[in-house]
Amino acid sequence: MIMIFGIPGPLLFGQLLLGLINGAFYAMLSMGLAIIFGMLNIINFAHGALFMMGAFAAWMLLEYGGIGYFPALLLAPLIIGVFGIVLEKLLISRMYKLDHLYGLLLTFGLSLVIEGLFRNYYGSSGLPYRIPDILQGATNLGFMYMPNYRGWVVAAALVVCFATWAILEKTSLGATLRAATENAPLVQAFGVDVPRVITLTFGGGVALAAFAGVLAAPIYSVNPNMGDNFINTVFAVVVIGGMGSILGAIVTGFGLGVIEGLTKVFYPQASATVVFLVMVIVLLTMPHGLFGKRA
Amino acid sequence: MTISRRVLLGTAAAATTLPLIHRARAQSSPVLKIGVLNDQSGPYMNTGGATSVICAKQAVEDFAAAAKGLNVEVITADHQNKPDLAVSISRQWYDRDGVDMILDVPTSSVALAVQGVTREKNKVFLGVGPATTALTGDQCSPNFITWAYDTYMLARSTGGAMVKAGGDSWYFIAADYAFGKQLQSDTTDMVKAAGGKVLGSTAYPFPGTSDFSSFLVQAQSSGAKVLGLANAGADTVNSLKQANEFGVNKSMKLAALLMFITDVHALGLDVAKGLHLTESFYWDMNEGTRAFTNRVKSKTPNNWPNMIHAGCYSAMLHYLKTAHDMGAAEAKKDGVATVNRMKKMPVEDECFGKTTIREDGRHLVPAYLFEVKSPSESKGPWDYFTLVVTTSPDEAARPLADGHCPFVGKA
Repeated sequence: MIMIFGIPGPLLFGQLLLGLINGAFYAMLSMGLAIIFGMLNIINFAHGALFMMGAFAAWMLLEYGGIGYFPALLLAPLIIGVFGIVLEKLLISRMYKLDHLYGLLLTFGLSLVIEGLFRNYYGSSGLPYRIPDILQGATNLGFMYMPNYRGWVVAAALVVCFATWAILEKTSLGATLRAATENAPLVQAFGVDVPRVITLTFGGGVALAAFAGVLAAPIYSVNPNMGDNFINTVFAVVVIGGMGSILGAIVTGFGLGVIEGLTKVFYPQASATVVFLVMVIVLLTMPHGLFGKRA
Repeated sequence: MTISRRVLLGTAAAATTLPLIHRARAQSSPVLKIGVLNDQSGPYMNTGGATSVICAKQAVEDFAAAAKGLNVEVITADHQNKPDLAVSISRQWYDRDGVDMILDVPTSSVALAVQGVTREKNKVFLGVGPATTALTGDQCSPNFITWAYDTYMLARSTGGAMVKAGGDSWYFIAADYAFGKQLQSDTTDMVKAAGGKVLGSTAYPFPGTSDFSSFLVQAQSSGAKVLGLANAGADTVNSLKQANEFGVNKSMKLAALLMFITDVHALGLDVAKGLHLTESFYWDMNEGTRAFTNRVKSKTPNNWPNMIHAGCYSAMLHYLKTAHDMGAAEAKKDGVATVNRMKKMPVEDECFGKTTIREDGRHLVPAYLFEVKSPSESKGPWDYFTLVVTTSPDEAARPLADGHCPFVGKA
């Protein structure tokens, strides 16, 4: 057997792959955050709660409506996206002219309220959500036993990340969005309804979080605190990638997943801390993050 | 219910529970005030939480305290699994609110803190939620009794039975804090004593870990026959769910060292089927347990009682019997005397039958090893367990001499 740093090769490859899978979640969540920050200048602390709501939406659709996983993958982001739009209209839109701190406090408070409500009605033990039949089972890759569902998660995440990046960077819609954040009055003068564009962008970012939530539902237990474990790491990902950089969020998300995966082999106790260690090193050497624009 | 958050609300949580105090009818006999202190918003809110409070109140009702001239008030608070918060709540309860007995208190680190305050104030602490054997070992207190279970019992029942069934090599995944380490070391002792060996272990950061796949794959490649999960609550649920996904349950036997019926409900029988776990109470055990469950389940329809909830009922009932026997005024005066009286009196209730309390404060109950039913075997709601083997009360508790409790044998 090949040994790498005293670890059997197959085990190491397995861990790299698992790291990529976790990285897929980091990438999707941090991309939503980066979009919202880049376009709206809001540090959305409610992102974890919205991710959780996505998972709950999938569970509720199945439990109360008999609607399965694949329709939920489309419906849940839509429903939660609309919820996001309502939030933006009612509350968040009032924060744009204020300091960042107000937006942060508002969204942090919102996440406490949302999680508290869900805890009140559904408890904290978690609810079961089955892996859809077609994705049940596992494939033997030689070096590890790979559940088909996890393979699907990576594929779905890659497609969604790439599509989002392409829309924002390569289409005229994306160009309008970016222009609106650079110089809103000018874009408005061209006849674009900027406040509506911003509202829809927020809805889109929220929908991405909800989509990740549906993907996570069969793997993690659907419980009101499920966003908490992710949100801190995801913020670190956004900071490391460069605030507001979409590509940075995607690359860093996958990269940190892998680094975390390797830490779990060599020194598992540090696996929750390693992300922040990387953040410290990156901020010391590159204060704007790996892909951030210099101010 | 209060919607509170571990991080921010701090001591305010204690204040929010004050409106919950309901005044008992004014009578001449002094009021016995009982505080149920547990996790009402975090990871252990279903294993204890509001259902513990409901069961404690059920005991007051079943004892017909008012008719017997006993004036009882039950108040509650959320300790959010924080020892510092629990200490400030219990001090306030004892000093200002005149609380005589504190009940439940899950999370071992929190219980150890409340243990200290109770002893200092000479009140009564009946622990049901906390698992660590330290509470009746070198940290024991004459003001304390532990009800229903501890880490020794779990290790003995689940660990011992797995080795006997041929699972003689183990790998552990443990939460990296006091409880996980204690449970792992207790089980390791048991496995080694039974002739088995431990091939490896992983300690993961607690709290904050939700992905266990890396650890599961490492466990799988260790070649061990049994995977011991030394964790609790949502962590256990997540690790089992993912073990199922990675096919670990096909190559290894899974032993969830601390698991409640509430966790099985969260997992679903699809995933949980075939698992072995230990509880000292199951609602469908006998006439008594069913009668008890029928009385409380309408009050807690989504969370049927587990051994902690049943323990809260049993402990409360026994406390009331003792207080009635010695007189409420006497019971309020001296915590040590009340606990000593409780230890002498026979314990009897529908949940655990006839049981006893040992000198070091361990409530002695039989431990039941259950196997989780498959979805096709389950005939109705919460029909989840089949009894595999029973460990007698004496065997399920750590031998008295091994606990090194300082006051044992000196009374």
